[in-house]
Amino acid sequence: MNDEILEVKNLHVNFHTQNGVVKAVRGVDFTLNKGETLAIVGESGSGKSVTAKAIMRLLPKQNARITSGKVNYEKNDLLEMPLKKIQQIRGSQISMVFQDPMTALNPTMKIGRQIIEGLKKHQNLSSKEAKIKAINMLKLVGIPNAEDRLDSYPHQYSGGMRQRVVIAMALACNPKILIADEPTTALDVTIQAQILELMKDLQAKTGTSIIIITHDLGVVANMADRVAVMYAGEIVEMGSVDEIFYNPQHPYTLGLLQSMPKLHENRNKPLIPIPGSPPDLASIGTGCPFAPRCPYTMKVCHYFPPVKKEILDGHSVSCWLQDNRTPKELQPIGIGGTI
Amino acid sequence: MQDIKPLIEVENLTKHFSIGKNKTLQAVDNISFTIYKGETLGLVGESGCGKSTVGRTLIQLYTPTSGKVKYAGEELGGTRGETSKRSIAKNIQMIYQDPYSSLNPRMTVLEIISEGLVIHYPNMSQKERRNRVLELLELVGLNQYHANRYPHEFSGGQRQRVGIARALAVDPTFIVADEPIAALDVSIQAQIVNLLKKLQEEKELTYLFIAHDLSMVKHISDRIAVMYLGHIMELAESEELYSNPLHPYTQALLSAIPIPDPKVERKRERIILKGDVPNPINPPTGCRFSTRCPKAMDICSLKTPTWLEAKSNHFVACHLYQ
Repeated sequence: MNDEILEVKNLHVNFHTQNGVVKAVRGVDFTLNKGETLAIVGESGSGKSVTAKAIMRLLPKQNARITSGKVNYEKNDLLEMPLKKIQQIRGSQISMVFQDPMTALNPTMKIGRQIIEGLKKHQNLSSKEAKIKAINMLKLVGIPNAEDRLDSYPHQYSGGMRQRVVIAMALACNPKILIADEPTTALDVTIQAQILELMKDLQAKTGTSIIIITHDLGVVANMADRVAVMYAGEIVEMGSVDEIFYNPQHPYTLGLLQSMPKLHENRNKPLIPIPGSPPDLASIGTGCPFAPRCPYTMKVCHYFPPVKKEILDGHSVSCWLQDNRTPKELQPIGIGGTI
Repeated sequence: MQDIKPLIEVENLTKHFSIGKNKTLQAVDNISFTIYKGETLGLVGESGCGKSTVGRTLIQLYTPTSGKVKYAGEELGGTRGETSKRSIAKNIQMIYQDPYSSLNPRMTVLEIISEGLVIHYPNMSQKERRNRVLELLELVGLNQYHANRYPHEFSGGQRQRVGIARALAVDPTFIVADEPIAALDVSIQAQIVNLLKKLQEEKELTYLFIAHDLSMVKHISDRIAVMYLGHIMELAESEELYSNPLHPYTQALLSAIPIPDPKVERKRERIILKGDVPNPINPPTGCRFSTRCPKAMDICSLKTPTWLEAKSNHFVACHLYQ
């Protein structure tokens, strides 16, 4: 494909902790196309944020190690790049929005100065030009009285407004890629709707590619073109949003979908939870990481990792049930059909 | 529902917090509702709407500024004897949002769960208490050998189970669950909700389920009350509220929830509210939603709408239905 903008290949990230080595990301592969929205879904500890931070080279130096892998952006490997060069790319070509807007804003600096600083650094604008652009950015993301609000500090903004400021800053230099890590998790639903709408509007105007990291399947259904489902540091299933929701092939994806209540469905339909809890990544075995919680587990699942298989164009899944040697009658109901 | 006895009656409850310099935060303002025996009432709203304050007033952590809360016909608070206060405290228990900060890290699970037993059942022997705790652990889906462990040895979902066991230890009739699943992962949320539903059936419990996640609230509640800035805007049976929301705020709230179904999402028309929730220190006059309401009329900012039954068992406070 020609319109590929980012390619992550066989990414492995380890954290060295007191309790041993935690293998947080274990062989992640995906590509991002121009202008599309890719959602990475998974529960806490599944490695979705670590993947994003590894792409941006934002992992803590003290204990995080990228042990192997490539992140290709415009024919260059971001992981091999000198720090100076990556700093030029960060913010101007690839930018990131975090869950808590307070971690991205400096509490001791006026909002205006924080936006203008980035514009001057990356776009060589004069102070006056940068100020005009900053006002326009704030207007674009729907901050009322933008001229006056430049002189406010972050604590004088509400949570939703802060997140809008962070998005304005992230998009100020027209980045090619926006990585949004749980951008609406800390916000109320009506504000979440505003922010998601804003991100879609801006994407339509600028053609930015978005990677959105979330645990909320509702947000995924609303935003994504393609979806990667992560579990225990691996992408277990990947496909178009329709394939993932209407033709899920991995028992974990199926489990996630079944455990969520649906607003438009009868409330007496019981929820089907996934039993147990996610594995400890410091002491993970060799087999499929989902095997201990999987209702369709076979003997082989506990000993050997499943191989990724492309079952349809663009829809791949890592599960032993997809192996040709697995008898058809073991295929669970719900997999391969609508839920 | 009407022939079933009310268990909790809230009448004109107001709770203001003084926050210095003659400023008052009007967390809850003149609200009334009833919770019937054996039902689950869902209380939803965005952060700062006063839903947790209502829950905390019901378990007597806060004293109301004005208004009454009645439990089985008896008014809470006031000058009642110590024994009567205790028996009410035993019957009303709470499950907290954060399973990390709500369990004492220096106590074992056995100590955490038996704390209430020591107070409310002083005649119980140590052995009886231990047996009771082991029973409770099984009931909430944990194992007996978990009793001697500390909270840090458990995952979030397991900790929430400990919190539920602690609430159930003293055999309450009414439980206030304040965002009990908000801190848990999606795959674990369903485990806890199913557990709460099972326990309700077995023990004939009554719940006040406070949450901001409307799809889960709809799943667990019989009736739902929607709060905004300290006022209840609408109250109805849950199916009715979702299929036929009357208040413009409820309509906006429902339309804002993303549904995990891409085909439904593509066809949906959203009501996007403008701006943020106003400051509860200085709330708007008249209807509190009037500043953001897409259907606001002149009267809305002048007069507070009265609480009325627009349809059978469907209450709303909005000038559109006066």
